[in-house]
Amino acid sequence: MRQIQDLKNIASQVRRDIIKMVTLAQSGHPGGSLSSTDFVTALFFNDLNCAAKNWRKDGKGNDMFFLSAGHMTPMYYSILARAGYFPVKELASFRKLGSRLQGHPSTEVNLPGVHCASGSLGQGLSVAIGAALAKKANGEDNFVYVLVGDGESEEGQIWEAAMFAAHNKVGNLIAITDWNRQQIDGNVDDVAGLGDLKTKWKAFGWEVIVADGHDFTSILDAYSKARKFARENSSPVMILMETCMGKGVDFMEGTCEWHGKAPKPDQAEKALAQLEETLGDF
Amino acid sequence: MTTYTNSGNKDTRSGFGAGLYEAGQKNGNIMALCADLTGSLKMDAFAKAFPDRFFEAGIAEANMIGTAAGLALSGKCVFAGSFAAFVTGRVYDQIRQAVAYSNTNVKICASHAGITLGEDGATHQILEDIGLMKMLPNMVVINPCDYNQTKAATLAVAEYEGPVYLRFGRPSVPNFTPEGIRFEIGKALTLSEGSDVTLFATGHLVWEALEACKALAQEGISAEVIDIHTIKPLDKESILTSVAKTGAAVCAEEHLIAGGLGESIAQTLVTNHPVPMEFVAVDDRFGQSGTPAELMKNYGLDAVYIVEAAKKAISRK
Repeated sequence: MRQIQDLKNIASQVRRDIIKMVTLAQSGHPGGSLSSTDFVTALFFNDLNCAAKNWRKDGKGNDMFFLSAGHMTPMYYSILARAGYFPVKELASFRKLGSRLQGHPSTEVNLPGVHCASGSLGQGLSVAIGAALAKKANGEDNFVYVLVGDGESEEGQIWEAAMFAAHNKVGNLIAITDWNRQQIDGNVDDVAGLGDLKTKWKAFGWEVIVADGHDFTSILDAYSKARKFARENSSPVMILMETCMGKGVDFMEGTCEWHGKAPKPDQAEKALAQLEETLGDF
Repeated sequence: MTTYTNSGNKDTRSGFGAGLYEAGQKNGNIMALCADLTGSLKMDAFAKAFPDRFFEAGIAEANMIGTAAGLALSGKCVFAGSFAAFVTGRVYDQIRQAVAYSNTNVKICASHAGITLGEDGATHQILEDIGLMKMLPNMVVINPCDYNQTKAATLAVAEYEGPVYLRFGRPSVPNFTPEGIRFEIGKALTLSEGSDVTLFATGHLVWEALEACKALAQEGISAEVIDIHTIKPLDKESILTSVAKTGAAVCAEEHLIAGGLGESIAQTLVTNHPVPMEFVAVDDRFGQSGTPAELMKNYGLDAVYIVEAAKKAISRK
């Protein structure tokens, strides 16, 4: 297992990358990228059974990860680059014409790490279910992970998928909700309240784990429990990661204001001053 | 003029079901899903023979398309079926992002297309689906004309790698193409040669075009009949070669004029070889309840209308 300090260091660099990428592009989504950084870093650098050099678009022989909340690309691209999927310097091309780092993940550009386009919300859970069923059909024992947003869970397709996965006992599927309680128009509870998310997922027939999405001990424990539950009960598992929108940059924390807004250069400077450079900036 | 014999009326959806079953026997990599219409789509033979490769998606089409995409990107060849109305418009965004844009090997199987679904009425009939699907980059659009061709098309589609929209229907219609004919995606079929006008048709209207061809012959008009089973990619070469000879065109289809096959042909003609052209299709209206035959007549979609349209096109030369 990775040392927790290692994961913290990587996450700090990922947060710097996020700020730099959206600032350079003067567009993109820092809020959810920062809230999901810790647990996706932990997944890629500790739990996901897929070496960067072995990654395949069809996922054969590997664990697979799907980013259903496709707007979290700054976080995802940074983690992929830092994990060796493609050169770190390519992060500077985010959202630029001709770049492989499209605003939302695309398969047209052959970017390692992307199995399916996402961005139009609510679809990735269904796609991950399909990938998980293919693994079962092939007799593979790998896991499929998928990240959805809490705001995204307002989409009806999420709940169609929830019913289908439980009904079909998709026991190699681990979904993660970035439960930051913010969406573009405000607090999720104010915009279109999800109610008791934990009870909802349980009622839909899933195993549910609630974890602190900024505490690496809690995150790693949740992943390991999730795999155990999934295997033992032949059931899909939902990890509700309690997080803070904009985590790590004080003026971005806890507000929907930074869901999809890029900082100005002086704001970026303030943000970067709060984040330690650990692996070298791009 | 080549004449064709109806070997007995059959529904095209049964051709799909038979093709899917045969493809499933040949290829263990084929998987299928259906949204609570397994019997209606004649997917039950496949479902029964290969229970481990079939998923009942329930009345949840959006999830069905996403799941199909996930299976496909993992290396499976996936057939996902429902009524045309529910497997296009209802899930357009899912098809757009996870199937067309992601270029996954998903076959969207659309039964009960057009107004010949009949008595259920406009909510279940769809006349916009060809347009919706042909607009998507990467998407192949196929609308076979009878049982034999639908079966052959299904087998061909199973061997093709990439997104396909396969459109077929509910009613029993003349089965006249040869059994076991090889289906070539993107290659138009000239069914009868002629010199005065070209009758392009797709789906159920192909038989009507052949009937129109016979009626026109009795009036001394020589019509060429071309079955455009693949609307995208369009066989422009066959279309242009034919109109260069006939100098007039009609397109007949069970679809709106807007977005249909006729529109694609018109675009090809306008930019390459303009000739007078007429449309036998529905003009900007929804369907309604009725028997398939009543509806085809009421909406101007049978041989009588094709004959009229042919004469009009010729008169405009």
